[in-house]
Amino acid sequence: MELKYYLILSALLFTTGVIGVLVRRNAIIIFMCIELMLNAANLAFVAISRSLGEATGQVFVFFVMTVAAAEVAIGLAIIVSVFKHRETINVDEVNSLKG
Amino acid sequence: MENLPLSVFILSSIGKILIIVHLLLIGVMAMIWSERRVSGWMQDRLGPNRVGFQGILQPVADGLKFLFKEDLIPNHVDKPLYVLAPAMLLVPALVTVAVVPFGSSITILGHEIPLQIADINIGILYVLAITSLGVYGVVLGAWASNNKYALLGGLRSSAQMISYELTLGLAIIGLLMLTSSLSLREIAKAQGAYPWHWNFLIHFPAFLAFTTAMFAETNRLPFDLAEAEQELVAGYHTEYSSMKFAMFFMAEYMNMIVGSAVTVTLFLGGWHFFGLETMGGPVWSGLISFGIFFVKTGIFLFVFIWVRWTLPRFRYDQLMNLGWKFLLPIALSSIVVTGTLWITTGSRLIVGIGNVVVALIVASIVAGLLAMKAPKPAMQDSDSRVTPTALDAIE
Amino acid sequence: MNAEQILFILFGAVSLIGAISVISFRHPIYSALSLIVTFFAQAGLFLLLGAHFVAAVQVIVYAGAIMVLFLFVIMLLNLGTLSAKGAMGGKLKGFAVILGILLAIEGIYIATNVLNNTAIASAQPATATPNTTTYEIGELLFSKYLLPFEVTSLILLAALIGVIVLVKRESESEN
Repeated sequence: MELKYYLILSALLFTTGVIGVLVRRNAIIIFMCIELMLNAANLAFVAISRSLGEATGQVFVFFVMTVAAAEVAIGLAIIVSVFKHRETINVDEVNSLKG
Repeated sequence: MENLPLSVFILSSIGKILIIVHLLLIGVMAMIWSERRVSGWMQDRLGPNRVGFQGILQPVADGLKFLFKEDLIPNHVDKPLYVLAPAMLLVPALVTVAVVPFGSSITILGHEIPLQIADINIGILYVLAITSLGVYGVVLGAWASNNKYALLGGLRSSAQMISYELTLGLAIIGLLMLTSSLSLREIAKAQGAYPWHWNFLIHFPAFLAFTTAMFAETNRLPFDLAEAEQELVAGYHTEYSSMKFAMFFMAEYMNMIVGSAVTVTLFLGGWHFFGLETMGGPVWSGLISFGIFFVKTGIFLFVFIWVRWTLPRFRYDQLMNLGWKFLLPIALSSIVVTGTLWITTGSRLIVGIGNVVVALIVASIVAGLLAMKAPKPAMQDSDSRVTPTALDAIE
Repeated sequence: MNAEQILFILFGAVSLIGAISVISFRHPIYSALSLIVTFFAQAGLFLLLGAHFVAAVQVIVYAGAIMVLFLFVIMLLNLGTLSAKGAMGGKLKGFAVILGILLAIEGIYIATNVLNNTAIASAQPATATPNTTTYEIGELLFSKYLLPFEVTSLILLAALIGVIVLVKRESESEN
C-alpha cells in the first residue's frame, strides 16, 4: 500500500476526533476523541517510519503513548473529582473557575 | 517453519489448531472433574462419583444440563452487551494458546513441523495483550446485567485486573533480558534440560510474583472478589444462566489452563525434562516433549486447585496491598537486580541469589513500613476490629 | 487486489466506522467499546506496516489499560443517565461538522499533493523494507532517544503525583 492511503486514513480519523470534541458535551467522550486524535497521529508516524525504512517514527509512537497514558490518568481523576463536586460532567455546565 | 511448503504449512496448522482447541475443551472438562474430586479428597469427602467410572462423566452431565436449561435474558439488561460479554471472556482465553509451544518439533513425511501454532517474534507480548482483554468480558457482563451486585463485582474485577497486570508484565522483564528474545519458543529453548537451568530458579521472586498475579488474573480464590458469594450473590455473573453462564465458567478454567501453559513455558523449562525429550527418533522425541509439557501443565493446574481449597479469600484492602506494595516492588527490584548483576558478573547463579536476597529485603522493608503505619492493636476497641466488608473498601 | 490491500481496506473501514460510532453513540459505554474496536483495527494496520512491537503495545496500553480505566470511571459514576442532558444545538452541530469536513479535505490534500514534494515521498522503499524488530526500537530508545525516553518517565512521575494530589485533597476536604 502506498503511504498516502495511510495518511488519508489518518487524516480522516483525526478529523473524526476533532468533530467529536466540537460536537459532544460529555467530558468523557471528549476525552475519548482526544485519544482518537493521538492515535491518528500514531498511524501517520508508523506509516511514514515504514516508508522511510527506519524505526524513528515508531519510537515517537511510544512517546505519544506515554503522554496519552499520563493524560488519561490525570484527566480521569479530574473528571471524577468534578463529578463528585457538581454531579455533572457536561462541559457546558462546568464553566466557572470557582469550586 | 519458513522452509515448509505452503500446502504442508496450511495443513499442519489446521491440524494443530484442531488438536489444541479440542484438547483445551477436553481439558476444561477434565479440570472441572478433577477440581471437584480433588477438593473432595482435600476435605475428606468423596465428590461426584456416580456418573461413569469414578464420576468421570460428571462434566458431560453438567454440560448437558446447562445446554437444556432455558436461555433466559432478563428484561432489565442491556441486551447486546449482555449477549456479547460471555464470548468476550471466552475468546481471549482460546486465542492465547496460539503462541504457546507445546513441544519441540515432530517430523512427518520428511517435514519438520514445530509443535506450536504460530511462532511470532513478539510472542510474550501477544500473550500479555490478549490476557489484558479478558477483563472486558467480566466488566461488560457486569455492567450489562444492570444489577448492583454484578456492577460491584465488575468494578472490583477491573481494579484488580489493572493492578495485577502490571506485576504480570514487570515480572517477566528480568527473564526477557537474560533470554533476549520475546518469542515463547526461544524462551523455552533457552532453558536447558535440567531443572537448575530453568528460569524459575534464576528469577525466583519474579516467578512467585508472576504466579500470584496470574492467580489474580484468572479471578480464582483467593482472588475471587469479583464473585464473592457471601457479599455479592454471584458477582458479575449473577444475572447469567444456562449456556451463557457455562461460557463464563469454561472461560475461567480455560484461562487457568492457558496460564499454566504459559508459566510452564516461561519459568519451568517448557518441554525440557532431564534430556528425556531428545530420546527416540524424530517422531518420538516430539511426542515425548509434548507429553512432558502436558504433565508439567497438569502439575501446575493441580497447584491451582490446591491453592483454591487452602487459602481463604482476601479482603479488598489486603488484595490491593499485596498487589501494589509487595508484588510490584518485588517485580521492579528483580528487574534492577537482574540487570545489574548480569552486566557485572554474568553469572546466572549470582543473579539467582541476588534476586532472592533483594526480594527478601524489599519485602521486609515494605512490611516494616506497613507495620509502622498501622494503628496499634491496643488502641482499637473490639468493635473496630470486625472485618470491614469489601463493600466498604470499594467506596 | 493483493492481500495487503484487502486487509488495509478492511482494517481502515473498521477503524473509521469505529471512530464515527465513538462520536455518535449516545451512551458512553458504547462509545468506549467503539473506541476499543478502532484501536484494534489500528493494531491491525500497524501489523500491516510491519510494526509488530507497536501493534502489541497498542493493544496492551490502549485496549488493555487505558480503556479499562475509561470503563471503570463510566461505571463508577454511572454516567449513562446524564449524557443526554444539554446536548449541542442543531445549528452549531452542523457548523462543527462542516468545519470538520473542511479539515478532512485539507488533510487529504496534504497527504496526496503536498507530501509529494518532500523527502518522505522521494524515499520510497515502501514494502521492500523488512519488519522492524523489537531490537531496533530498543536500540534507538536507549541510544539516540535516551533523553526523551527519560523525560517521558518524568511525565509519568508527574502524572502519578498529580493524581495522588487530586485524590488526597478530596479525601481531606471530605473529613
